[in-house]
Amino acid sequence: MIIGEQKPLKEICDILEGHHRILVAGCRSCVAICLAGGEKEVGILSESLRLHSDLAGKGWEIDEVTVERQCENEWVREIAPKIEGKDAVLSIACGVGAQTIQAMYPKVRSLPGLNTSNMGAPIEPGIFMERCGGCGDCVLHLTGGICPIVRCAKSLLNGPCGGSQNGKCEIGKETPCAWEEIYQSLKELGRLDLLEANIPPKDWTPSRSGGPRKIVRPEAVMSETERQLRGER
Amino acid sequence: MSQTKRIIAYCCEHGGMGAAERAAKEQSQFASDVVIISVECLGRVDLLHLLQAFREGADAVFVAGCLEKNCHHLYGNVEARKKVDQAKRVLDSLGLGGDRAEMFNLASNQGLEFKQSVDIMIGRVERLGPNPLGAKK
Ligand code: SF4
Ligand code: SF4
Repeated sequence: MIIGEQKPLKEICDILEGHHRILVAGCRSCVAICLAGGEKEVGILSESLRLHSDLAGKGWEIDEVTVERQCENEWVREIAPKIEGKDAVLSIACGVGAQTIQAMYPKVRSLPGLNTSNMGAPIEPGIFMERCGGCGDCVLHLTGGICPIVRCAKSLLNGPCGGSQNGKCEIGKETPCAWEEIYQSLKELGRLDLLEANIPPKDWTPSRSGGPRKIVRPEAVMSETERQLRGER
Repeated sequence: MSQTKRIIAYCCEHGGMGAAERAAKEQSQFASDVVIISVECLGRVDLLHLLQAFREGADAVFVAGCLEKNCHHLYGNVEARKKVDQAKRVLDSLGLGGDRAEMFNLASNQGLEFKQSVDIMIGRVERLGPNPLGAKK
């Protein structure tokens, strides 16, 4: 899932400056799980903004909406009646959600209320850790199901660096050494032999260096005939 | 400052309400308006409820529930303290003053301590001044 956290209230108020009819838009999926942009957070942030508006005499009209997934046109289309008459949408979904709103409603400003951080998972209540860097060429089958790209501070592919001490990474005592974790996982799996596999220098071309990445599932792409028969989607 | 202060107290049925009732019986009158809102457990009190009270013009809001490790519903009072801490941060960043929100852990026989909690909040409002939104209500 996507992990993010709300921008500081002060920054959000600054971003909203100059707008009056504002829709706070949340998402019930990833950002609801990381307690940053679900329905509950929409309610609390909206009330905080109303409080700011009342105190500072801004006269803001704050409305609220939360959709199932803000990154999909199907769900974002449904909020058209809420967007009507607004001059800004404050999105507290991830950056994908904020952009989906902007693309669908080009005349209304879509403003970010969240800092989108990473692809990760909740590891215990209230704590979320990055787990995948979206490198486009997964090596988890060689590394005991532990990602060396994001869990190793140096993204090393063939074992730890000299800074690995007592299972911790040299960047901080809180951070486990990914290669220690990989070793322990492979040991548990009875596959320490995989440590002998030489992972060649990584091909970064499928990663994030050549503009936005695009994935096409040909069987889902609609032909002209299909479009006509099924209607525009 | 002699003006009446608007103070909201969210009290749980088990600790806070008992202490408030005891205070009403045994202590001399509160020096200000205290509106008591009773909830079954403080776990029910959300950050939204605290903010709404300030938007309605409350000068101070406090939450009173069972003593630590003695919550009738196990951890409602622990949850409430986190909500109050969040409220303090919001109030600070809006310039209203985080001290206007507080949490007190009280047993049902602590009437005197309930009265003292009210006095603490009155003192803070005197220091911070009235909530500007109160005048508009
Ligand atoms: S907009 Fe999509 S990707 Fe972003 S938080 Fe919502 S469901 Fe997740
Ligand atoms: S190897 Fe690449 S795709 Fe696999 S988990 Fe790590 S970053 Fe993600």
